[in-house]
This record gives sequence, C-alpha cells and structure tokens, in this order.
Amino acid sequence: MKYQVSIFNDLTEFLNEIKDRTGYDLKECYQCGKCTAGCSTCFAMDKTPNQIIRMIQLGMRKEVLESKTIWLCASCETCTTRCPREIDVAKVMNTLRLIAQSCPEEVKISSEVSDVPLMSKIFLWTVKYTGRLYDFGLIALYNNLSGNFFKDMMKGPLMFKKGKLSILPHKVKNIKAIKRIFKRAEELSE
Amino acid sequence: MKYAYYPGCALHATAIEFDKSTREVCVALDIELQEMEDWNCCGAAAAHMTNELLADSLPAKNLAIASKMGLDITSPCAICINRLKTANKEINESQEIKEKVSQVIEESYDGQVKARLLLDILATDIGIDKIKENVIKELKNLKVVSYYGCLVTRPKDVAQFDNVEDPQSMDNLMAATGAKAIDWPFKTVCCGADYGTPRTDIVLKMANDILSMAKDLGADTIAVTCPLCQMNLELRQKDVEKEYGEIYNMPILYFTEVLGLSFGIEPKALGLDKHIVDAMGLLMRKGLI
Repeated sequence: MKYQVSIFNDLTEFLNEIKDRTGYDLKECYQCGKCTAGCSTCFAMDKTPNQIIRMIQLGMRKEVLESKTIWLCASCETCTTRCPREIDVAKVMNTLRLIAQSCPEEVKISSEVSDVPLMSKIFLWTVKYTGRLYDFGLIALYNNLSGNFFKDMMKGPLMFKKGKLSILPHKVKNIKAIKRIFKRAEELSE
Repeated sequence: MKYAYYPGCALHATAIEFDKSTREVCVALDIELQEMEDWNCCGAAAAHMTNELLADSLPAKNLAIASKMGLDITSPCAICINRLKTANKEINESQEIKEKVSQVIEESYDGQVKARLLLDILATDIGIDKIKENVIKELKNLKVVSYYGCLVTRPKDVAQFDNVEDPQSMDNLMAATGAKAIDWPFKTVCCGADYGTPRTDIVLKMANDILSMAKDLGADTIAVTCPLCQMNLELRQKDVEKEYGEIYNMPILYFTEVLGLSFGIEPKALGLDKHIVDAMGLLMRKGLI
C-alpha cells in the first residue's frame, strides 16, 4: 500500500490534537499490531487499526479522517483491553469520528460507511423527541433517508405479532427536560 | 435487597422477554426492583459517537433519579450498564465534566450511585448456592454456551467485573440450573453491534461465526445478557442462514429465561413464547416443558 505523508513540516500537529482530546500520546505506540490482531471488524476495514495509529504518527490527518475504518470500529473495546501501551484505541477511534463530523467541509465520509453516522443521528432524534429509543420511527426514518426503502420490511410484522414493536413511541412524561438536555449538551460542547 | 430498576428501551420493546424473565427471577430471589419513574434512554453508542457531553448526560439523568430514590441502579442490559458506569467514571474523574453534566441535566449529581449489571448481582451477591436452592427443575438435557459479548467485561476499568478475556459468571449460573454449560472460545467476541441496519453484511458475517461455533460444539442455545447481541443472533438468524447456506434454528435465550425455567416458572411468564426463533419448540423437544 502506498501512502503519501500529507504534512511534512509538522508531524506533531495531529498527534497533539489527539492527545488534547483523548489524553493519549500516540507517540507511545510501537506498532506491535495487537489492536489489529484482536479487532472484531477489521475484515471490513480499509486500513487496520495499527495503520490508523501509524498514520496519526505521520500526521496524515485527512487520510485518517476519510478512512472507512473509523466508521467500522464497533467500539467492542478489545484493542483497548489488550494494548500493551495502555492506549484506549477505541476512544481514539471515537474521537476520530467526532473530529470527522465536526469538519464536513474538509472531510468527505465514504458512501460505503455514511449510513453509520446517519443511523446514530436518527437514533438520537428519536431519543430527543420521545425520551427513549423509538424503533418504528428509527427504521421508518432510516429507510427513507438512506434510500433503502424496503430494508428489513418483513421483520416488522413478525416483531409486531410478538408484541416487540409498537407503532407509537413510549414517550417519557417530561419530554421538555430531555429536549433541554440535547440543547444544552450541544451549546456547552461548542 | 432493593434496587432502582432501569430496564432500558429494548426491554420495553424488542426484548420484552428479558424484562419479564428479569422480574420473575428477581421475585424468586427476593430482589426488590423498583422501576425508576420517567427513566430515559442511555444514549447507547449513538450518543458517544455524536457528542461526548450528551453521552455522559443522558445516563447521568437516570443516575440522578436513582440518587433521589436513595437506591443503587440495576439493569439486565449490558449496554445500559456500560453507559451508566462510563458516565459515573467520567463524572468522578473530572470536576469539569461533573459541573458541565450538572448544567446539562439541570440538577446536581454527585457520581455516588452505583450501577450494576443484574448478572453481576446474581453471580456475586446472590451467589451460586442460593441460585441452586431455587432450582426445582434441573435442565439436564439443555446444552448452553454463555455469550457475554463486549461490554459485560470491557473496558476493564469501567466494567470491573469478572475475567476480562475468559469470564465465568454466566457459565456458573447456567451450570447451576443443571444445564450443560459448554466452554467455548467466543464468549467475548463482538456480534457486530449497531451495524445490523447500516452495514448488515458485517453483522451477518460476525453472527455466522458465533452461531456456527455454537452449533459445532453441540449447543442448543446461546445465553446472552445484551438485547443487541440477542437481536443480531436471533432476529437476523434467517438472513444469516440464507447468506451462508447453513441451518441453525437456534433460539437465543436471555440468561434470566434459563434461570427462570429451572426455578419452575411458567415459560410464558418468562416470555419464552416471544422469540422469533421458536424457543418453546426447543424446550418441548428437550422435554423441559
């Protein structure tokens, strides 16, 4: 695989950004590859977890943030558990997702993985407006917004019959308080 | 023994059998569960993928409710408990986060409510001896592999429970029911988590790995404590079979359903008739109902 190092003049800029946000200094990684060896989803990734860390060491910010890998990490925490340098690799991956989402002008998320953040956003909308996960709304919205209109259509009636899916949401009583939590969390994170 | 009960969203919907069997088993073991008034979603992975402060605040709101009840929290759901424990850890480790979270949830929360997985309470506090005392119907013909998934033991410093790579708690509970608890290497591998909808291909592959290993070892069922694992392994099982040309026909049971069955509780009261892959049929074939 050929990689082009994008920032020759300041290799530490991206490393520092990650250190500031996660508390982990990725210079400590000596590339043993244990994170990749245990990774649950690396069969589907375009770059392995240790390659992502190496690319951070080389300052390849754009390439890392546009990788499919960061969206295919299932947060299973196996890498975090086994890292001999005690780096919370899953937290690094999560932070990379947060950074990638915060600069949409700079970072293009591949269409092969863009449904992952879409799903999270829809999940959170249902929580914001009902206080709890609203499965029916989640799937209806996802199918419409992703263009997979008939996805899992046959599962609905099956779940409905078993009393596992309701058309209407189970709302909390104090929805206003939940909406304020979302609003304040957004404001205070800026 | 009394806990604030936080069922979590799935237990009121896709995992109703987990809620039913939890309540029944806790009654049998004298654990009083008081469901929290107006609890909200823990935010699951969606929140931490989107906004870290939100990911701490949604669980903190629930922890604050339990704090007012003067009780510690239990939930049978591995994801909910992971989110509650993570929020507690971050609140306790950083004054800045503690203050911000209090601002977001508009009340102070001191980080002192303990959140514990029901599996932990049953295995650690209730103990195998008391579980055995309650077993009136030994599940002799049932072969079970215990599947913990990711968040029961990971991350280690958050979960602080059982052996991180080779947990035993659920295996011990299953063995206590008289069932054959089969040791296996996939106790803590990932099921594909949230990718069931946005990247179904990934979940089908991972679920197939788990189901085929369980089948090869002769298991009749996989016992779980996570509604998302259960969904990936059972609701998507037909799709796995189609994709990989295998037949599993393996109901995925919550560990509380297996316990309840051995306690002599009515299968329907445990929600065993609610499975997408026929659990009642399996139990009939095994002569257990």
